[in-house]
Amino acid sequence: MTRLRFFAILLICMLASVAMAQVQEEEVPSDDPVIEARLANLSKELRCLQCQNQTLADSPAGLAADLRREIRAQMKAGKSDQEIIAFLTQRYGDFILYKPRVTYTTYLLWFGPFILLLSGLYVLFRYIKQRRDLIPEKPLSADEHRRAEELLASASGKEAT
Amino acid sequence: MLRYLIPLVLFLVLAVFLAIGLTRDPHELKSVLINKPGPAFRLPQLKAADKMISNEDMRGKVWLLNVWASWCVACREEHPWLIKYAESEVVPIYGLNYKDRREDALAWLNELGDPYTVSAVDLDGRVAIDYGVYGAPETYVIDQSGMIRLKHVGPITPDVWSKEILPVVQELNRQGTSK
Repeated sequence: MTRLRFFAILLICMLASVAMAQVQEEEVPSDDPVIEARLANLSKELRCLQCQNQTLADSPAGLAADLRREIRAQMKAGKSDQEIIAFLTQRYGDFILYKPRVTYTTYLLWFGPFILLLSGLYVLFRYIKQRRDLIPEKPLSADEHRRAEELLASASGKEAT
Repeated sequence: MLRYLIPLVLFLVLAVFLAIGLTRDPHELKSVLINKPGPAFRLPQLKAADKMISNEDMRGKVWLLNVWASWCVACREEHPWLIKYAESEVVPIYGLNYKDRREDALAWLNELGDPYTVSAVDLDGRVAIDYGVYGAPETYVIDQSGMIRLKHVGPITPDVWSKEILPVVQELNRQGTSK
């Protein structure tokens, strides 16, 4: 029964992919190896918005292929990486960047871990200091030791009488 | 007392943040184009391939740009609603037929009805990139001066229509007529 259902679903998925093909231009790598290297580098830092946990470099989604084509075209036209990133963020927002920018909305993201680390160190330091205060500064000197012994001896002597 | 209270408070703060995070749809991204001019386009029309349609043609009125395709499952879901809202004539709906085969797109409109005043053909998805489209269907509300006022990602439902889109359209129309 479950196996039958599995095959039914599989069949539906296969049919669906036939019926719902989008028009996708074939991806043609640039004949310029420099552009391909730059694209490989840049697209690793960009997010595919259709499948958000993949980079633009890895994603098989149609939109990712379109964006790679657009990036190639812009590189061929002589645009710098910075200009291309600006082009993309103007359209898709900072979300397309895998590495978030340092802006006031991302301060907590960038510096939060360091604040946690510092406060952890502070708590640890205070704890150690507290423990150390419980331990006597240094052992008794020989002189003090003798005196303590005398006092104890005289006290027990008094008790005995 | 305090030593038990601090971890508890930290836990509660974390739990509240995570709970808020759970209620948010990571696929719903705020468009950076809100209150910016809608990117210019000039594309062939779907039903009359020899005619062009440009965003400039709609200047002076409030209009919707609905990104759709015959291969898009969620577009089928919103389609009957689009027909209904187009018939109400509150706002004209223009289509952006996204990476679709012309014959598929025309067959879809024949079968399900055509809510669009005009559909523009964006075969290679280049205009969609300018609009920051990342998943059809998407709907933009564009005002008289060509500014994008609202973007909705995902199918239009009666809820979305009455709570998100209609209020913005009505407000823009009101401002437009009072000027």
